[in-house]
Amino acid sequence: MTSGVLNLVLKRLAIAVVTLLIVLFAVFFATSMLPGDTASILLGQAATPEAVAGLREAMHLNDPAILRFLLWVVGLLHGDLGTSYANEMPVAALIGGRFVNTMELAGITTLLSVPLALTLGITAAMLRGSLYDRAVTILSIGVISVPEFMVATLAVLLFAVYLKWLPALSSVNEAHTLTDLVRIYAMPVITLTFVISAQMIRMTRAAVIETLSTPYVEMALLKGASRGRMVLKHALPNALGPIVNAVALSLSYLVGGVIIVETIFNYPGIAKLMVDAVATRDLPLIQSCAMIFCLGYLLLITVADIIAIMSNPRLR
Amino acid sequence: MARVAASRRSLLGHSYNLVGVVAALVILAWTLIAIFAPAIIPHSIGDIVDDDYFGPMRQGLWLGSDYLGRDMLSRVLMGARYTVGISLAAVVIACFSGVVLGMIAAVTGGWLDTCLSRFLDAMNSIPSKLFGLVVVAAVGSSIPALILTLAVIYIPGAYRFARALAVNINTMDFMTVARVRGESIAYLIGSEILPNIIRPVLADFGLRFVFIVLLLSGLSFLGLGLQPPLADWGALVRENIGGLPFAAPAVIVPSLAIASLTISVNLLIDNLPQKIRDRDA
Repeated sequence: MTSGVLNLVLKRLAIAVVTLLIVLFAVFFATSMLPGDTASILLGQAATPEAVAGLREAMHLNDPAILRFLLWVVGLLHGDLGTSYANEMPVAALIGGRFVNTMELAGITTLLSVPLALTLGITAAMLRGSLYDRAVTILSIGVISVPEFMVATLAVLLFAVYLKWLPALSSVNEAHTLTDLVRIYAMPVITLTFVISAQMIRMTRAAVIETLSTPYVEMALLKGASRGRMVLKHALPNALGPIVNAVALSLSYLVGGVIIVETIFNYPGIAKLMVDAVATRDLPLIQSCAMIFCLGYLLLITVADIIAIMSNPRLR
Repeated sequence: MARVAASRRSLLGHSYNLVGVVAALVILAWTLIAIFAPAIIPHSIGDIVDDDYFGPMRQGLWLGSDYLGRDMLSRVLMGARYTVGISLAAVVIACFSGVVLGMIAAVTGGWLDTCLSRFLDAMNSIPSKLFGLVVVAAVGSSIPALILTLAVIYIPGAYRFARALAVNINTMDFMTVARVRGESIAYLIGSEILPNIIRPVLADFGLRFVFIVLLLSGLSFLGLGLQPPLADWGALVRENIGGLPFAAPAVIVPSLAIASLTISVNLLIDNLPQKIRDRDA
């Protein structure tokens, strides 16, 4: 790696850190704007004004917002996510198990969708203009154009209502056997896989088509290389950077996807926890969940950008 | 599909194909419905007209009835008003602010450009659904609040797109000439840059409209968008989700309405003549 690439990567990392700070700021102030006085909500309607004032004091709600922000960030750096308002448990304990559930969902979806999308995207690009390519393209445009909840409801209609193969709801606690486990994960994973793959197929197809139109691939064709050899030996190694970039970018769509999917299937993950926390105005919980999502998202798009930089042969 | 349709010349001098025309007609139809919905709905949206809930499609109740026995056709037609209206208002604000800021940043350069770009890129790093969830929870889901929230979420994207285009135009000789003439920034962006980027910007406007429709529907589906008794298409799916096990039309039809609108906009943009669609500049 030359110093030019190293510089660009370092610059990109610095941008990521600055972005993270702005995001921290935005999340904190967006949640501080939540309506209603937290202290009076916690104590209920029968609370005396003195009790509300006391609780406000104890929760540092009277301090200026900037001070509370700094305290919060310092806490985060120490691994202290705060205490949930709703049930007075440490946020870290509430999030822990849920986080694992969400990561399992995301992990299984990734394992399924990446090979699927790459195969479909690359073959569609190789057979560009064929009936197969058109079918794949139209299907992926279709999935991208509709909301995630529609993909989910269609999946429920097909697999749970008409075919009766799978239950419509998930509950991880009821899993005793491997079949149970498959039945629980199937529906959310199918929905997410559809959503993620559609994006990935489109980007992969575009990346491969772009490489196939370069002069050196044309040269390979002219010197008599077979179609398969042309794609596998000449085009794919060069399209690898853009493809990995496409994969990382598509995976960032998981963040939006899980919010809908966990809600609709009642999956006990971190997104469901956050939607519930919004309903109960549980600030520390909302802030922590939002931070986790933003971190994941930021990580994926930064990785995607760095891969794009490193795979650019002009910089190598 | 697009390629089998024979191209033909139109009055406007561009060649259009069948898919593009059909998509444009669907969009036109939904626009007309959104404008005239109160005049054409067969029943008032609050009236309970069916003895049964999740009734099937039949004469008089062409799209069946919802979870309270209200006429689904009327509710979907009125829903078009909210979904199309709110999304359109939001996308106009988002694209107008984004494009104007983007052009100003490109023309001015320097610290203004750097600060604006850094800040808006950071905003872009907050997943849109998460952003919407937190902000709507904070400022409420009245229609103006929803429009503003959706607009703010999509300003960074519009900015980035317009700035990238404007930076290229900014290096042209006619820009240097205009600067030397001592033209104001307003003149530079309005008369020199905008005419040169307006086509891709309009295509971007369409794509952003789709994103906003999807996000609004998603928020309403989570119960954080439009609040009852008003209902856009996402809220219609949410309130009738109980009909899913019976495959009730009440839950399927609003989904199809969203899909028909968003797919049409995407297909229209994909089938625009290359001259208009050309996004790489």
